[in-house]
Amino acid sequence: MAASMGGSATQHSDVGTVDPAEVERFARIARTWWQPEGEFRPLHKLNPVRLAFIRDRLAARFGRDIRRPRPFAGLRLLDIGCGGGLVSEPLARLGFSVTGIDAGEEMLDVARAHAAESGVAVEYRRATAEDLAAAGEQWDVVLALEVVEHVASPELFLAAAARLVRPGGAFIAATINRTPKAFVFAILGAEYVLRWLPRGTHRWNKFLRPSELAQGLRPQGLAVQEVRGMVYNPLADRWSLGGDLDVNYLLFAVKAPEAG
Amino acid sequence: MLGAMQQRRVELIVVGGGLTGLTLAIACAACGIEVAVVDREDPAAMLAEPFDGRTTAIAEGSKQVLDGIGLWPLVAGAAEPILEIRVADNNSPLFLHYDHRDLGDAPLGYIVENRVLRRALIERARVLPSLVHLAPLAVERVERGGGGARAYLADGSVLQGELAAACDGRRSPLREAAGIRTLAWDYPQTGIVCTVRHALPHHGVAVEHFLPAGPFAILPMTEQRSSIVWTERAALAPGILALDEAGFRAELARRFGDFLGEVEVVGPRWSYPLSLLHAERYVAPRLALVGDAAHVIHPIAGQGLNLGIRDIAVLAELVVDARRLGLDIGNSVLLERYQRWRRFDNMALAAVTDALNRLFSNSVPPVKLLRDLGLAAIDKLPPMKRLLMRHAMGLVGELPRLVRGEPL
Repeated sequence: MAASMGGSATQHSDVGTVDPAEVERFARIARTWWQPEGEFRPLHKLNPVRLAFIRDRLAARFGRDIRRPRPFAGLRLLDIGCGGGLVSEPLARLGFSVTGIDAGEEMLDVARAHAAESGVAVEYRRATAEDLAAAGEQWDVVLALEVVEHVASPELFLAAAARLVRPGGAFIAATINRTPKAFVFAILGAEYVLRWLPRGTHRWNKFLRPSELAQGLRPQGLAVQEVRGMVYNPLADRWSLGGDLDVNYLLFAVKAPEAG
Repeated sequence: MLGAMQQRRVELIVVGGGLTGLTLAIACAACGIEVAVVDREDPAAMLAEPFDGRTTAIAEGSKQVLDGIGLWPLVAGAAEPILEIRVADNNSPLFLHYDHRDLGDAPLGYIVENRVLRRALIERARVLPSLVHLAPLAVERVERGGGGARAYLADGSVLQGELAAACDGRRSPLREAAGIRTLAWDYPQTGIVCTVRHALPHHGVAVEHFLPAGPFAILPMTEQRSSIVWTERAALAPGILALDEAGFRAELARRFGDFLGEVEVVGPRWSYPLSLLHAERYVAPRLALVGDAAHVIHPIAGQGLNLGIRDIAVLAELVVDARRLGLDIGNSVLLERYQRWRRFDNMALAAVTDALNRLFSNSVPPVKLLRDLGLAAIDKLPPMKRLLMRHAMGLVGELPRLVRGEPL
């Protein structure tokens, strides 16, 4: 159980939006996180597309030139559900000072070991979004990638995540839509036919529609700027951004400078 | 022990500082990638004439690449544009004629002395702040693991990087250490190379004669000179190379003809064994094979370095794009893409040049008649000819940004 594990630098609540069964399931496969041929292969394939979206939107938002080394130096970023650090590490290389949080200690050990091996500085903490929100911390950028579909209460989670964005800051989420097509592609296709993901990785009824995601963010002053689909081309074995939001999608939202 | 060793951390380790290695290093370092190039040869010795007398045909696509990485301005003054190519079959009146005006304003390519390219590369490498050129210094071994590549150098120092690029030539020690097998065979032919000065101007015309021993190419150079690439039966080549000046000139003149007037050999003669080699894989964990380490083709179409430059344009694009996403530049998804992008193109050209050489290196009458008709037919079919020309110019296929003339 997540709540019974010690050794964390941050206080974390015993109850909250973390689903203990999910944490345990990811812990079992944590070691293969950084092996592109391993169980997280689909994430490695997807990663460049997610990173490009994040980088380009944030470069526009904060007026940075991506052709320069470490373009985002001076900005703080929180990666909620950082897992093994597949996104935290690249963004740290791009100059962000990155805090990665996850509920599973095994995952964080993998992330810390990998960052040390790569020589990249990332602060990894065992914490939940609610813990940090309760402590009143805020970041320039908050990411929640492939995490909303794994939490126990999306409403509470989104409210907490949105509070972590400073006024004028940005929020980016990636998740899976709750459509029949998502059931066919993301569950039947990815878990049963192609065996990309271990069976049971996703449950269809936990998926959120873009409108539901936007609704969860609005009360905290986050306005959605853009929603884009991520589409897989099986012939090229590559992902790209597109207008089809039916399965995987990315959402970019910003908080007005005067809002709290 | 470890504490005593000098360690340097870079992003990309380039093993081999020849034309391929330095070009790759410059392409990446020009975009801010931290690169170390290691070569056992002394750069000063590489610039001396006896080191390499060859010239290189730079296709239009390759010129775009060199321009995109800031090298072309250093080379342009010593590059002779190829405006026309005449392909002739021995003494047959039928021939294939390529004129650059069939495609637009750009020349079909350029002939540049390797020496000129090397000087430009060394000069450009010197001014890039994120490039370190370690030469002369040998690489003793390269260890590759999950986290990166480590090169142990002869002076006891260690280089640590995310990716190692094997630009160490056709006998690539890195390729062999990685256990990558090759498909290879030697042609029973030797390439004789020399430079001539002639009485009449060449007007930018390159000539390729298909002689029974193999192709004999006359490539236009600056200062009313031409570079000769003369394919000879391996058994006869040593005798020809050993001839005195008058004897060599007579053998040359017999093949050259008199269309450029009096011909005089300037500088030394060189010879190179001709072979074909293709690596089964272009990549291994933390390792990419580039240029001759991955493929050596018959020089019949003058495409050898051009294929290497295409490899470089692709690998540099993937590496720079990965770095701009903050990704590990030695990741296996990137390496897989490099192999998939380059291997087909290189294999296709190896097959074409091998077939051309087999087709043209004989004088069996029916074969000769067929190929003459084939050449004449291609000459009469403009779309087919344009495609062949664009291919030779390196402008066909999924093009990397540098080949399209776009910045990285």
